[in-house]
Amino acid sequence: MIPADVFSYSWQSLKGYRARTLLMLLAMCISVASVLLLTALGEGARRYVNNEFASLGTNLVIVIPGRSETAGVGLNTMMGVTPRDLTLDDARALRRHHAVTRIAPLNIGAVEASWQNRKREVTVMGSTHELLDLRHWKLAAGQFLPQADWDRSSPVCVIGKKIRDELFGAQAALGQWLRLGENRYRVIGIMASEGRSIGVDVQEIVIIPVSSAQSLLNTPSLFRILIETKSRESMQKVIDFALDTIKQRHYGEEDVTVITQDAVLQTFDNILAALTYGVGGIAAISLAVAGILIMNVMLVAVSQRTTEIGLLKALGASRRKILLLILSEALLLSLLGAMLGFILGLAGSWGIRLALPELEAYPPLWAMLASLLVAIMTGLLFSLMPAARAAKLDAVSALQGGH
Amino acid sequence: MIKLEQIHRDFQVGDQTVHALDDINLEITQGEYLSVMGPSGSGKSTLLNLIGMLDHATSGIYTLNGQNVTQMDEHQEAETRNRHIGFVFQAFHLIPRLTAAENIELPLVLAGMSPAERYQRVEQALKAMNLIERAHHKPDQLSGGQRQRVAIARATITEPAVLLADEPTGNLDQKSGQDVIDTLETLNKKGITLIVVTHDHHLGDRSHRSLKMVDGRIVSDRSHVQAET
Ligand SMILES: Nc1ncnc2c1ncn2[C@@H]1O[C@H](COP(=O)(O)OP(=O)(O)O)[C@@H](O)[C@H]1O
Ligand SMILES: [Mg+2]
Repeated sequence: MIPADVFSYSWQSLKGYRARTLLMLLAMCISVASVLLLTALGEGARRYVNNEFASLGTNLVIVIPGRSETAGVGLNTMMGVTPRDLTLDDARALRRHHAVTRIAPLNIGAVEASWQNRKREVTVMGSTHELLDLRHWKLAAGQFLPQADWDRSSPVCVIGKKIRDELFGAQAALGQWLRLGENRYRVIGIMASEGRSIGVDVQEIVIIPVSSAQSLLNTPSLFRILIETKSRESMQKVIDFALDTIKQRHYGEEDVTVITQDAVLQTFDNILAALTYGVGGIAAISLAVAGILIMNVMLVAVSQRTTEIGLLKALGASRRKILLLILSEALLLSLLGAMLGFILGLAGSWGIRLALPELEAYPPLWAMLASLLVAIMTGLLFSLMPAARAAKLDAVSALQGGH
Repeated sequence: MIKLEQIHRDFQVGDQTVHALDDINLEITQGEYLSVMGPSGSGKSTLLNLIGMLDHATSGIYTLNGQNVTQMDEHQEAETRNRHIGFVFQAFHLIPRLTAAENIELPLVLAGMSPAERYQRVEQALKAMNLIERAHHKPDQLSGGQRQRVAIARATITEPAVLLADEPTGNLDQKSGQDVIDTLETLNKKGITLIVVTHDHHLGDRSHRSLKMVDGRIVSDRSHVQAET
């Protein structure tokens, strides 16, 4: 038989048994679509986390007070439990390494902010001039902290968008004096950036010079030291240098943890990738279920068509031809089902992207290829048995209605 | 061209053995018109199926066109059936989802013939069977006689040497039955070897040679003078 005839014969018989064809298409379609959708979600989540971390800055080394018990990122380090203070002098010492391009000591605390009669609790972040570029932040208006000696306090502040809106409303904030605790700070800049950074919403922070923050928050210790290195390759050197330096300065005790954003990112990436594979695998099980359905329906199809198969034999179809016809019917069905599944899955992930624009929910290529492959394989595998049964039918009894 | 020697065909039913064919010896030459008669269960269909290679002898030798059929493999058998043998059944056995033309075309499709060539042959067959207007009708839109003519067209589309018809008029009324017989006889006049199983004595008389079977044996084998000229 020529391929076009095999195709049209299969097509005709699929059309001839509409109900069962639709049922099987539906099963195939749903399972392929769910593979695509679930992996799209997983992949979207992975990308989302990646992007979030990328927005933190590049080649970032973070020094955290407190030694982590495990090699990875422990709870203690994340919470910043402090056994010994990390100071501005420590930060200054770290700056000496040639691969360090930017460094920003960081202090953090909550105080009450007020302007005229409006008040609210804000997160105060004490830092230096370099923080802006180090974190890839942008200003909406004014300027950032002045480039000055770290020890020099000055009564200026840069505020987040939300703070501006809530305390100043429609009035111009630039140049106004904002009260933080007991002191007053002149607003010199307004942040444009959005999103979260080390757990704080950038729109809701007030940034002041680090030494001002030390006296405002009444603590000499730093919350973090952020270091930007020259290149990815120099990160490890800087990490070693940081550990060594701090150890020396802290009388031989290695009481800080140095992490890279990559390490954190890698952990998340691994978790989310595993999750994606996991849900993809679970969805693939539904493909196998669809395969079993295909087997059942093909068995029914074969027994429904016993006389037809007998006739084909009488007209000169060999066993191999019967096998070929039944298998190509199953293959056609799987392909059509997979195609519909692709359409449904792609439309679904498009829907997810509409609903959750921050999640780039595109099904990964491997999931598309794998689901197509699994669909075809299950379609063929599970129709082998019915096809073999059809091929083996005895022509004479098949023609008599098959027993 | 057809030669059966000491053919036996046994069926095992429970612990009993049914001798559906019991020592059949038969020789049929090219172009013969043979009728097979006999009571129900006497082995007529079994004989026809065996000649058509749908069934296999338990023992004995079957030679078709000088070839020992008993030794053919499944693939060769299928090909021989496709090329050299045409079947017509009492129940028509048309595929309901295919049109008359598509049903007729089926053996050529199985043989892998190109669509252009097929088209020509099918057109001719439709014309010969007087089915041109019915070419694109599905079987359920055809009368019984038309269905059987479609089946005959299908059986002869590969221009086989032998046409086997098992009670071809069994499901038809008198008139369309006569139509079908005329069609078969016309084909026989053009050279095809025609073997018809029938209960119809009238038809038996029209054939050139008639077999009578009882209990799996051929009890009479008569050749007549041509019934008509
Ligand atoms: N597949 C089968 N299994 C068992 N017995 C069969 C089978 N086919 C035919 N027979 C038996 O063989 C005998 C001949 O059957 P058959 O050739 O169909 O007779 P006829 O066509 O003359 O009516 C019958 O007794 C029938 O019961
Ligand atoms: Mg019979």
